[in-house]
Amino acid sequence: MTLTKADLVQKVYQNHNFTKAQAAEAVEAFLRIAKKCLNTGEDLLISGFGKFNVKKKNARRGRNPQTGDELILEARKVVTFKPSGLLRSRINGD
Amino acid sequence: MNKSELIEALAEEMHVPLRDASSAVTTILDAMGDALANGESIEIRGFGSFVVKEYDSYFGRNPKTGEKIKVKPKKLPFFKVGKELKERVNESAD
Repeated sequence: MTLTKADLVQKVYQNHNFTKAQAAEAVEAFLRIAKKCLNTGEDLLISGFGKFNVKKKNARRGRNPQTGDELILEARKVVTFKPSGLLRSRINGD
Repeated sequence: MNKSELIEALAEEMHVPLRDASSAVTTILDAMGDALANGESIEIRGFGSFVVKEYDSYFGRNPKTGEKIKVKPKKLPFFKVGKELKERVNESAD
């Protein structure tokens, strides 16, 4: 089973006095705000869940694994996630 | 940005009281945490996906003392950033 956006909307709708449209908007707004934060290069820290980091990677020389050709991988920014201790222990059933 | 700032931003965008924004965010995060705790994955288009990886027990070493220790089996959540977010974060200015 995979949890999707529709499942999140359903949960918010069930647990709150929101209309279906408001529940959908709550989930959309949540994601929009989270994305906007990361898009500006700012880390997103959600206590009890985890931390989303924006990491800068320097340019480096790499290889095309298929052809073996050398190529330059340009500097880029990536998003990483570090689960909180609480989430880790929940997942492990501690 | 942290959780309470995210809640404030959500309340503002949705024109709802902080209390409602806070409980909606809690519902969303709980649903995500529950899914991962049940070993389910999460897939949110445009944002990213989470999968839980299972690790068998293995023998590791205490890096400080060099002592051999048995590491218990564990599960860890992994986040894979979605295409849209990945591109937007990379394009954003420093």
